Amino acid sequence: MTTTSRWRALTHHHLFWPVAVLIALLLVNVPFTPDFFSINMTDGHLYGSLVSIVLFGSPLILVAVGMTLVIATGGIDLSVGAVVAITGALTCSYISDQADQNTLSAVFLAMGIGLVAAVVCGLWNGFLVARMGIQPIIATLIIMVAGRGVAQLVTDGQIITVNSEPYKLIGGGYWLTLPFSVFVVAAVVAVTVALTRRTALGLLVESVGGNAEASRLVGIRSTRIKIMVYMFCALCAGIAGLMISSNTSAADGNNAGLWIELDAILAVVIGGTSLLGGRFSIGGTVVGALVIQTLTTTIYTIGVPTQTNLVFKAAVVIVVCLLQSPKFRAKVFGAKGLKGPRRDAAPVEPAPAPDAAPKMEVSR
Amino acid sequence: MAEPQPVLEMTGIVKEFPGVRALSGVDFRLFPGEIHALMGENGAGKSTLIKVLTGVYSLDGGTITLDGESARFGSPLQAQQAGISTVYQEVNLCPNLSVAENIFIGREPTRAGRIQWKRMRKEAAELVDRLGLDIDVAAPLSSYPLAVQQLVAIVRSVGTGARDGAGLGTKVLVLDEPTSSLDRDEVLELFRLMRQLRDEGVAILFVSHFLDQIYEVCDRMTVLRNGTLVGEHLVRDLDQVGLIELMIGKALDQLEELHEHQLRSDLGETLVKAEGLGRTGGIAPFDLEINKGEVLGLAGLLGSGRTELARLLFGADQPDNGRVTIGGKQVSMSAPNDAIAAGVAFCSENRKSEGLVPDLTVRENIILALQAARGWTRPIPASQRDELVARYIKALDIRPADPEARVGRLSGGNQQKVLLARWLITQPKLLILDEPTRGIDIGAKTEIQKLVVSLSEDGMSVLYIAAELEEVLRLSHTIGVLRDRRLVARLTNGPEITTSKILETIASGEHQ
Amino acid sequence: MSATTQTPKAAPRGSTASRARATRLLGDRRLPVLVTAALFIAMYVGGLSRYQNYGFGEPQVFLNLFIDNGYLLVAAIGATFVIMSGGIDLSVGSVIGFTTMFTAWLVERQGLPLLLVVPLALAVGAFGGFLMGYVIHNFEIQPFIVTLAGLFLFRGLCLVISKESISINDASVGTLAQTRVSLGMGELSIGALVALIVLAVACYVLHYTRFGRRVYAIGGNEQSALLMGLPLGGTKIAVYTVSGFCSALAGLLFMLYIQSGDPLHAVGMELDAIAAVVIGGTLLTGGSGYVLGTLFGVLVLGLIKSVITFEGTLSSWWTKIATGVLLCAFILIQRTMTSRRKT
Repeated sequence: MTTTSRWRALTHHHLFWPVAVLIALLLVNVPFTPDFFSINMTDGHLYGSLVSIVLFGSPLILVAVGMTLVIATGGIDLSVGAVVAITGALTCSYISDQADQNTLSAVFLAMGIGLVAAVVCGLWNGFLVARMGIQPIIATLIIMVAGRGVAQLVTDGQIITVNSEPYKLIGGGYWLTLPFSVFVVAAVVAVTVALTRRTALGLLVESVGGNAEASRLVGIRSTRIKIMVYMFCALCAGIAGLMISSNTSAADGNNAGLWIELDAILAVVIGGTSLLGGRFSIGGTVVGALVIQTLTTTIYTIGVPTQTNLVFKAAVVIVVCLLQSPKFRAKVFGAKGLKGPRRDAAPVEPAPAPDAAPKMEVSR
Repeated sequence: MAEPQPVLEMTGIVKEFPGVRALSGVDFRLFPGEIHALMGENGAGKSTLIKVLTGVYSLDGGTITLDGESARFGSPLQAQQAGISTVYQEVNLCPNLSVAENIFIGREPTRAGRIQWKRMRKEAAELVDRLGLDIDVAAPLSSYPLAVQQLVAIVRSVGTGARDGAGLGTKVLVLDEPTSSLDRDEVLELFRLMRQLRDEGVAILFVSHFLDQIYEVCDRMTVLRNGTLVGEHLVRDLDQVGLIELMIGKALDQLEELHEHQLRSDLGETLVKAEGLGRTGGIAPFDLEINKGEVLGLAGLLGSGRTELARLLFGADQPDNGRVTIGGKQVSMSAPNDAIAAGVAFCSENRKSEGLVPDLTVRENIILALQAARGWTRPIPASQRDELVARYIKALDIRPADPEARVGRLSGGNQQKVLLARWLITQPKLLILDEPTRGIDIGAKTEIQKLVVSLSEDGMSVLYIAAELEEVLRLSHTIGVLRDRRLVARLTNGPEITTSKILETIASGEHQ
Repeated sequence: MSATTQTPKAAPRGSTASRARATRLLGDRRLPVLVTAALFIAMYVGGLSRYQNYGFGEPQVFLNLFIDNGYLLVAAIGATFVIMSGGIDLSVGSVIGFTTMFTAWLVERQGLPLLLVVPLALAVGAFGGFLMGYVIHNFEIQPFIVTLAGLFLFRGLCLVISKESISINDASVGTLAQTRVSLGMGELSIGALVALIVLAVACYVLHYTRFGRRVYAIGGNEQSALLMGLPLGGTKIAVYTVSGFCSALAGLLFMLYIQSGDPLHAVGMELDAIAAVVIGGTLLTGGSGYVLGTLFGVLVLGLIKSVITFEGTLSSWWTKIATGVLLCAFILIQRTMTSRRKT
């Protein structure tokens, strides 16, 4: 293999651009914070910017991983933010009712209640989408609207605080020198990858999202698959909800997980999964979520007012989508392509990888 | 009698797509006050010609003359403004709006920017009335059946420009398969309207797959085959057998030896039995038996119901009535899963939309059916999977022989082979092939036909649909003949069965 | 082994007439609006009987629905245009929030006269909508994503202006906000009046102009609309521009109502607007609905809030739950209606 061909193989890997963007973003920090990459050990815990990016990015990674599968089936789930709030509210209110908040069994039961509620939300979404044939945006809008109300109902409109050591561990604790949430995320990602790639679920999901009619004619039970995927997405959101409420030791029905659905969708898109469904990449999504979290951190470290975070995000969304739009590429790059060496010799014009998206944004 | 001037003349029309020459130098004339049929099988270039005429496609060569003036249309709108209107098979109207609005939208009568609803309804009612139709123009379009919507589409297209001058603004009316989902009464109403418009001097270009309709309503016809003009005839000068011969043509017989093979009669017991199976708007109820190891070919023109028959046998569409038994057991056929579980496999004629998942790799596409049958929890072990895939890539000579290649980038013939491989690894009892050789090169064509023969020798039953009669004749033990959505005959292949015999059967529509 | 062929049996025609009537009734596009109107009246009557002694029967309670929800009505009317054309606009709440911030900042911090600020704010909102429409049409990106970017952008711009809330002490704003127009049985605020005027204009535009009918046509079947020679792009862009304009106007009304600018004003109001449109009987897939329905949708939402206030023991989150339940009910009704229409 020559160097050029190796370089080509590298740049054509579906994770290349998301990772390149992530690295570039991380490097941007260095001139502003020279010790950006350094990690210190204090009290047996690791501290450092990298650690906090992963720590604060954990809930987003979880939600985005679930969202990836939903988007791969050609759907979307707007209700994850509300599910985050419901799970946190249920769990915290159960724990706060206990006489001894540190009882392990009570904490597990509380988390179980929260997660079951999340899965029920997912079942409902899946039922509406797969059985009733309602457009995913609309179907999941219902829980997006009502879910926050339910969460506030559970917390009685208050911010419920808990004081439970075992519960604190999930979102705020440390284990083996690392934030415990890192292990939770690693476990969920590993389970997801195993579930989709070690079984045939991933293939069937991609098939349903890639060509629904062909999938029906090949005998795939897409209703079941879709319901399962929405349930899984809600479960991931539920775990994220546990993490968020545990991190703050409080359940806020109103603000927990606010706009996380939008960040998650963004992470999925940056990770190279098309919003139209079909091929998906869990790894890409994880990187995408880290990119978003790093962006937030970067804005903070380089001294731009943190408020502009949302403006940057808007710019990222637009640039990513424009670069994924075939029409935009045709208009902007089409003219260039003609001047260059003739490409139409290839039998079929290979579609440029959608992962190529975020590069432009950052290199400017 | 002086030769009248054609209202539309197309000469030397050429249209190319990447790798395909869809039209090579086609001439076409249309006279005012005639109903002209455009005939041809799949891929003959009918729809390309219509799209060139109506401005959907741009020309690669040739000229269009409309009313003696050279014309070139960049968009359907331009063609419409020049007086060429089109009504498609699917009604291209807005079902949520009223009939009157559908007739007038885009050119509603307004005063100072305000739509004059009363005037619009009155004018719509007058137009509808003049064309002898009984439609309440204030009702929403969706409250009418498809047939009436079709008529409204025609009213809209001939009404274009009517208000600007006297009479109808439309010179040429293109009707692209308007009758395919209408019942007899509805067709008669459509024909009445067509004749009235013809008598008012409109030139009508009519596309239909129903031969009877062509002979009933048309004055003249143009026949295309493989992108070339094969004849322009007065309808009364050309009988049905002649027409079908022109449309289908005589393919070169390079696979004659296969024919002998299919004349044997030592077939196994009955595998599939369909009784009274039918679906409204698809195919009239039919009875059918397929034996083990039998190749049943379906002969009939495009739109004769051959695909619809196949889809019913696979559960892709739900039958209205009738039942199917496979291997002695009744199968409910409520979804493809039922058929697949009973050992039926179906390769759709629409490889791209109903067959392959273009984003997935060759390997993934090949194992999809087997995996779907096993369920998501039981993945095919990697070694077994790779071995299976490699075996079929080799056996079917899929190129590139790379299981990681994206199927969307393969050529048509290789895509077809991937589809075949997908079903062959499920080891079906009945393999349904709907036009497996369409749009692929001659080499792949031959391979696929040879494969069908060897599969049947191994005891697999095959339902084979092809547009070319030679192909059906060559491969089939038995030939089912379809016409106008009915299974009209079943012929046992033998020395006395020839293409002309099949042609006669299609043309006469009588069972022997 | 011979093939027999049966002629297709004539379809039974006995029940066709009654079925046609049922189909007509269910297919009638006014039905959802009537259902919503009936729901509103039922809720109102229910409220009357329950809270009669607490002054629910006062005409002013009814008029307050307009005063308290005027901004939502305007925003929902903008959303109606978008949804009618088959699109969706998620940026509504952010544009409202941005407008409150923008005007508060210009009036309070920059000392510009209100007369100048108002057209400026409206122009910014409309231009934002135009840009989103332009991107949606020209680059064929899903409206969902483009307006999501709009949501981020305008909320971010709010925060760029100021992280803190800016209260408005401008005299002219105060006077405008306090002004009440007497109607005999009660009074209306300027905001409510503006909302009603917008409603009337929207009705006229949707039903009596070619543009309005094009919106319906595109929502009904985009492909057909294109083949019928309608200017697809212009209409789509215009629809989003209208929505941006309405959102900005709603922002001005909201600012008038609440007399402050805050970066967190109207967070999530796009959901209320979309919910009002859907409850008002407009199909989320586009092409069917009435602005009048949106009015009833807003009134129903407003009434839920008033009822909860009158009930006293019910907390505010019941509004969200009730909205969600209604939304769900109406989506399911829509679904059964459309599936029946197809068969």
